[in-house]
Amino acid sequence: MDMMLQVLAPELLILIAAMTLLVGDTFWGHRHKALTFQLTLASIVVTALVILASFSTTSVQLFNGAFIRDGVADVLKLSMLFMTFFAFLFARDYLVQRNIERGEYYVLGLLSLLGMMVLASSYDMVTLFMGLEIMSLALYAMIAMQKDSGFAIESAMKYFVLGAMATGLLLYGMTLVYGNVGSLQFATIYQTLATTEQSLVLSLGLVFILVGLAFKFGAAPFHNWVPDVYHGSPTGITLFLSAAPKIAAFALMFRLLIEGLEAALMQWQSILIILAVLSLVVGNVIAIAQTNLKRMLAYSTISHMGFIILGFLTGNVGGYAAAMYYVVIYALMSLGGFAVILALSRKGFEADNIVDLAGLGKRNPVLALVMLVILLSMAGIPPFVGFYAKLVVLTEVVEAGLTWLAVFAVVMSVVGAYYYLRVIKVMYFDQPAAQNAHDADFANASLRYGLILVATLVLMLGILPDGLLTLFNDVMMY
Amino acid sequence: MSEMIQLSDVLLFGAVLFVLSLAGIFLNRKNLIIILMSIELMLLAVNTNLVAFSSFQGNMHGQVFVFFILTVAAAEAAIGLALLVLLFRNKHSINVDDLSEMKG
Repeated sequence: MDMMLQVLAPELLILIAAMTLLVGDTFWGHRHKALTFQLTLASIVVTALVILASFSTTSVQLFNGAFIRDGVADVLKLSMLFMTFFAFLFARDYLVQRNIERGEYYVLGLLSLLGMMVLASSYDMVTLFMGLEIMSLALYAMIAMQKDSGFAIESAMKYFVLGAMATGLLLYGMTLVYGNVGSLQFATIYQTLATTEQSLVLSLGLVFILVGLAFKFGAAPFHNWVPDVYHGSPTGITLFLSAAPKIAAFALMFRLLIEGLEAALMQWQSILIILAVLSLVVGNVIAIAQTNLKRMLAYSTISHMGFIILGFLTGNVGGYAAAMYYVVIYALMSLGGFAVILALSRKGFEADNIVDLAGLGKRNPVLALVMLVILLSMAGIPPFVGFYAKLVVLTEVVEAGLTWLAVFAVVMSVVGAYYYLRVIKVMYFDQPAAQNAHDADFANASLRYGLILVATLVLMLGILPDGLLTLFNDVMMY
Repeated sequence: MSEMIQLSDVLLFGAVLFVLSLAGIFLNRKNLIIILMSIELMLLAVNTNLVAFSSFQGNMHGQVFVFFILTVAAAEAAIGLALLVLLFRNKHSINVDDLSEMKG
């Protein structure tokens, strides 16, 4: 019992915090405006400390193997907590200005975080499904919190319909795998598939699972919802949506495809190659045509998802570690990118067009520098960490014998560099439009220092990448 | 015993339900409520499959999973309908074609 509590402590803490705040906010919400916000951040910090204090070096299973706590789960949870902490911290002023800063926002965010953490620890199809749905349902509601915005409601509806359909496809595939193997547990599925011949039913199930996963990942050709959802959601919520849930998507794919169905590698590898190639093309080429910064970053997400899939399709532990490294780094960069848009927006002005950044180099040199670091890192230019993340993935792809794919990914990254550099050109060399000519000071200190921290991390991890990568390789081995 | 229901019969039924629900989502350009109904139908197709496999294989895992899916389907329907109400308040329409303010 004690052991159980210890293993489950992170999830329990977040659950208790969400429930307490849900009830508590109705009592103190009017008198103490900031209390729910502060308690949310405090609960995230406490949970992160608890995970750090009991960091797993072995894997422990609970509930007859439905729940697992291992190094991978702990690393993923820590990164999710980190991203969520900063997403809440950055978004608060934006939400206050638009009158959508309510206790429910933090409660839904915490519940979504709970879902992601359960997903990261799932070792059974039921747990995986529950984690996925706890995360998704909370996200749909979060996007729709700006009730008077047609854009927000429209994107929430699109996200909901496609998300629910993706879940349906995923579940249908899972039932076929269950029918073939006779178990819902990943460990049993793994062993059964490794020792028995694979049937047609399994292949059919795999196709459904991969389509569902591609939808959840936002990988082309199932990417259509990504730009609309990123564009339509209030920026403060896009920020949340683009960071931690991507890490959860990695967890989903890792647990289901690798820990469950790795023995069917020959069958899913070719499909993943198609997904990766299409994502790299669609993400990098269509992004060039965008004038809206949020849409551009959404297409850039699609291309980054292509890179993460590249890591998976190598089919070896090094590749999975590289994909995990990439997703965490990507989430960090995405957090920074959307936070810059947040920092520029004012009441009644979203600052989400690329031209809104014009002249930023003079108007706010610090913010422009932060954006510069993040964009160069996303483009994969050394010495920033984005370069290193691309490098480790590509090394693994070459080692897996898929040199043409690595070359293709590099070519597409060069194409992608064009639209990142275009934004930098607008920031430093274009004149601001007359109505934007006013200074663009930081709205508050937390945004200023938080962004500087993110940019510093992007730079420092790029100069000293070994520590984090060694850690990721180590936890994969457990 | 030839008139007994076979596993393949139930799976075929599940597959038909599933295809119907996919068609309902993709072919329908009029009404969002039909899409919500299709989503429910899709989850029911999944449940049919799970119950069939579970019963013919004699292990209970699948049937336990069905309870989880049913519960989540109810929560999903609640969120879907809430979004639908908000959408109607904003656009005074629940037509699928009106969901295209954003382009690019």
